[in-house]
Amino acid sequence: MTSPVLTPSPHLRSSQTIETAMYTVLLALLPGTAVGVYFFGLNAIRVIAISVIGCLVFEALALKMRGRDFEALKDGSAVLTGLLLAMNLPSSSPGWMILIGAVVAILLSKQVYGGLGYNPFNPALVARVFLLISFPVAMTSWPEPKVFPLALDTVTKATPLGEMKTNLLLTGTIGDIANYNLMDPLLGRMMGGCLGEISALALVAGGGFLIWRGIITWHIPVTYIATVFAMTGAYWLINPQKYASPVFHLVTGGLMLGAFFMATDYVTTPVTNKGMILFGVGCGLITVFIRLFGGYPEGVSFAILLMNAATPIIDRYTRPRVFGTLKGKEARTQ
Amino acid sequence: MFVGGVHPHDHKDTREAGIQELPLPGEIRLSLSQHIGAPAKPIVSAGDRVLKYQVVAEASGYVSAPIHSPTSGTVKAIEPSIHTTGRFIPAVVIEPDGEDEALDTLSNADPELTKGPEAWKKMVGEAGIVGMGGAAFPTHVKLNPPEDKPIDMVVANGVECEPFLTADHRLMLEDPESILSGLRLALRMVGAEKAVVGIEANKPDAVDRMRSMDLPEGFEVSVLPVMYPQGAEKQLIYALTGREVPSGGLPMDVGVVVQNVGTLAAIHEAITLGRPFVERVMTLGGTLSKGPGNYRVAVGTPLSHIVENTGGMTGPAARIINGGPMMGTALASLESTVTKGTSGLLLFGPGDFRELKSRACIRCGACVRGCPASLMPHTLGAMVEWDLFDGLPEFHINDCIECGCCTYVCPADRNLVQWIRQGKAELVARNRS
Repeated sequence: MTSPVLTPSPHLRSSQTIETAMYTVLLALLPGTAVGVYFFGLNAIRVIAISVIGCLVFEALALKMRGRDFEALKDGSAVLTGLLLAMNLPSSSPGWMILIGAVVAILLSKQVYGGLGYNPFNPALVARVFLLISFPVAMTSWPEPKVFPLALDTVTKATPLGEMKTNLLLTGTIGDIANYNLMDPLLGRMMGGCLGEISALALVAGGGFLIWRGIITWHIPVTYIATVFAMTGAYWLINPQKYASPVFHLVTGGLMLGAFFMATDYVTTPVTNKGMILFGVGCGLITVFIRLFGGYPEGVSFAILLMNAATPIIDRYTRPRVFGTLKGKEARTQ
Repeated sequence: MFVGGVHPHDHKDTREAGIQELPLPGEIRLSLSQHIGAPAKPIVSAGDRVLKYQVVAEASGYVSAPIHSPTSGTVKAIEPSIHTTGRFIPAVVIEPDGEDEALDTLSNADPELTKGPEAWKKMVGEAGIVGMGGAAFPTHVKLNPPEDKPIDMVVANGVECEPFLTADHRLMLEDPESILSGLRLALRMVGAEKAVVGIEANKPDAVDRMRSMDLPEGFEVSVLPVMYPQGAEKQLIYALTGREVPSGGLPMDVGVVVQNVGTLAAIHEAITLGRPFVERVMTLGGTLSKGPGNYRVAVGTPLSHIVENTGGMTGPAARIINGGPMMGTALASLESTVTKGTSGLLLFGPGDFRELKSRACIRCGACVRGCPASLMPHTLGAMVEWDLFDGLPEFHINDCIECGCCTYVCPADRNLVQWIRQGKAELVARNRS
């Protein structure tokens, strides 16, 4: 005779678990991944495979070193970090560099803090920035996209944002970028870039799916993208020769990947709605400042990492008003 | 709509099951702790013969309630018995004699409603009525707010937001007259003019039934969207009126008194028929019950008697729940008995619950969005987990109503509400020492 189990209420639990969240995000990344594979072919598959397997192996190693069981391997977070890292790399990335990225992501920015839930910074982004600073050449040469190339293309092509920065430095204007066909980056046609930055549309579709499924809320992506749009729009209106159109800024670079998939990482972003809005606006401002005035052509990774650092203080000052307590003004006058 | 909340499947499988009577058990155990507040004091001894409706234990303070025998019989003992809280608490054990011989209660009743509010309040207190929604707070206390707290509205709580439970639903369908009569009486007792019956949208038949009644001036039936924990007093008041019960305050602070529909029916019976609280309607449900339904049972009936007289169970129970699945307590066995607050008995098998694996918080914010008190449950939980009790008041731990929404939604299966209970208990213990 088995005896009944004594458990504290609530006895019902939702079916939502860490696994469902992680695997739904992976599913949402499929369209973007597919576009990357379509244009970069076998090399895209190589980068993704090395990154994902590398992250899983280092996660297992860290769990072993920490004396934990391997259950955490199944939660999907290491696979997701691996895929996100791959999406942030050029298809020509050498294997050893990807593995260094995996070490930085899993060991140095996740497991040393205690694993999933404890890391202050987005692991895939720390790895990307680490690689960008350490291996600037490998991280900024972009093979020209073709329809499922089997071998690595030796012809490289600059990213639209990179081209814009170069033009600005050389001529003081953005040059041809002003007449850029915006359908190209939207549909993922013939532009240089990481695996995950060549089709805005596929990423938006994935992001929309995540919002629809309730895995993420609209607060961060919408405010992030809106801020970038408004800021770059203002500059564009002032001087369209020097500043590219806001739509150009939305569809190029890592903005969509960042806004929907990296700036919405649960662990490293605020928990309150108000906090998420602040976070999104902050990401947008920093991204625009770096893109327009910084040394790097792209600022999404830096923006999100800097806002990750601000997350604890945002959480501290955006606590919701507790039910039945006085509203802001009344509370201050008491 | 109130803030936060969650939406579990409502599982109202017994909504069509009319209220049935159950035969009296061979032994009745009336726990002296039927309500929140001081336990009742027994006034009978072993060997005494008691009649139906006779007082066997009297209130031992203002926040307390007397207990009456639900049938005639012999007092066998007054001995510690297992309570639904899991503790051993003294109970009056009565062996029914099968005569069901009752005291004449009608002589003390007020069927013509001529005695007036003050006399009625006394009658409610003497009838041992307590809140039937689950918390079992003595009703006469709620009907007697201090002078400086004017009440303008009485809310009849027909929300029944706990999944599985349908006892209030059935009562609204089958006996709306008693509920409305009780509501009218409650209105006069607290001197209010407005009355609202709050019902969730998953009970459209109950809404229609209540609306089809001849509602007096100032009475209204309000349909609320389905959302747990809408039946919690503060959330219900906010959803109906937009008034926020202040932190640490009571509904009367915003001029409202909330009464469960079952309690209102009991008030009606106490005043017009002179009948004390000796029986209640409860839901028997869960996947294992062979006879799920809504039953009128005598207070003090052993839970095992209910299960045995409804066909038993399809297999050994892995989880026995007293009350609803969100806020009810798990029981170790069916040994304990029905109390005045028992709204349901749910029987579940081992396959009904997924295995829980508590992990680190991933800061998804689901608990923050789900919290009807707008707290930060993940922070409170972590503070208790790491023994950081000093910071708990700053995060308003005592505003937690323990509805369990945070734990329900947590994807890391963290027992947040349990940690919060533990944190509250620790703070109480510290204040004592």
